Amino acid sequence: MATTPIPLEVRNITKRFGDTDVLKGLSLEARKGDVITLIGASGSGKSTFLRCMNLLEKPDAGELIVHGESVRFKNTAKGREPADWKQVVRMRAKLSMVFQGFNLWAHMTVLENIIEAPIHVLGKPRKEAIEHAEALLERVGLSHRANAYPAQISGGQQQRGAIARGLAMDPEVMLFDEPTSALDPELVGDVLKVMHGLAEEGRTMVVVTHEMGFARDVSSQVIYLHEGLVEEAGKPADVLKNPQSPRLKQFLSPKY
Amino acid sequence: MLDLQGYGPRLLEGAGVTLSLAVLSLVLSVVLGLVTASAKMSRSVIAHRLATLYTTLIRGVPDLVLMLLLFFGGQIGVNALTDWLDDATGVDIFININEFIAGVVTIGLIFGAYMGETFRGAFMAVDHGQIEAGKAYGMNDRLVFWRIRFPQMMRHALPGLSNNWMVLLKTTALVSVIGLADMVRIASEASKATREPFTFMLVVAVVYLLIASVSELAFARLQKRYSIGYGEMD
Repeated sequence: MATTPIPLEVRNITKRFGDTDVLKGLSLEARKGDVITLIGASGSGKSTFLRCMNLLEKPDAGELIVHGESVRFKNTAKGREPADWKQVVRMRAKLSMVFQGFNLWAHMTVLENIIEAPIHVLGKPRKEAIEHAEALLERVGLSHRANAYPAQISGGQQQRGAIARGLAMDPEVMLFDEPTSALDPELVGDVLKVMHGLAEEGRTMVVVTHEMGFARDVSSQVIYLHEGLVEEAGKPADVLKNPQSPRLKQFLSPKY
Repeated sequence: MLDLQGYGPRLLEGAGVTLSLAVLSLVLSVVLGLVTASAKMSRSVIAHRLATLYTTLIRGVPDLVLMLLLFFGGQIGVNALTDWLDDATGVDIFININEFIAGVVTIGLIFGAYMGETFRGAFMAVDHGQIEAGKAYGMNDRLVFWRIRFPQMMRHALPGLSNNWMVLLKTTALVSVIGLADMVRIASEASKATREPFTFMLVVAVVYLLIASVSELAFARLQKRYSIGYGEMD
């Protein structure tokens, strides 16, 4: 059997904002079917790390390999920039991101949001894109709101629509940036349920989250970040049930 | 009924000149406005400075003065150029600046500066997360612009755009001073010949008002189209 390339590999990423080193050399390997959760206090760099993976933030150093293809960089007067933007666009199309603030396009209906990139980026025929989108809406439980605009539906519905938008790209990896942090508590469950389902069907996912229950039950690997470094990483059973580092112990202890 | 004493057809022609002048100037000013806004938002220092120079110059000088400067100054410039060509190569040509084109260019240049500010504000009002989502889904800059940035920007730009258009429409009256036979110039000739200024100016006023009213309707429809998805609950 031919070996398929690893969906996403990140090696020794560093990032500096002004005088602050936000990421001090982070690596990660997402194999097919992995669910990796990134946890840590705010300011630990977990969101920035995730945003480096699809180059919404440009890492100052380090390697990024998407489905076996290494992203090329060049040094410019403004710092390190991707050498070939066409390659970046191609690579981003393989990584779908789900944002904390949903970011569904406000001037398009839910259905239009889902078919937008498949049609205009992947060049999929419209009819096929719509059929795929309808199946995805069914699966995230949003069929009845297909023709609503984002402003007309709840946050939980928007986020499920955003997950459907991500799935429509048939991505190698789904990146989740605190997908439930902006939701009312009673809406969190529906979104987590959808994500749980994705993990079960073998989707490769990298998830930044504060939902420790999700990290414990769903992930194959948990990475705890502290000040831009990996403080502790491993299987959830080890990392979350039996933390070694005092910082992680404190992070996991009940706050009140 | 108003007696136009045979000037009716010529006035109608003049109205056609006014309208085509206004529409062409609008197109030019929108293009210039988009370019200016992009330059002002770009990271290039040179583009930013050029755009600032342009808007400062244009907005700080009266429209009429600019028009005379560009029309007469432009003709002097063109003459100097053809003279130089004659001396240098022996080819003797004479280019006369066309009043209509001069009018379109001047009005387009003037309003391009105002449109630039309108568009800049509108572009800045677009939520950054919307743009990021486009990038994250593999859109290149061109796709992000035409599929997300532009349609979302238009909602914010339209009120200013519509206002600029109304002022632009009325500014076309200035081109009569450079000899273009627009509606105002013909009405003014007719007034002098017949000594009935009130009749002709009343007609001109009504025609301007008519164009303005129709455009208000058109802008209201555009505003509705570009507001789709914002804040309306079903």
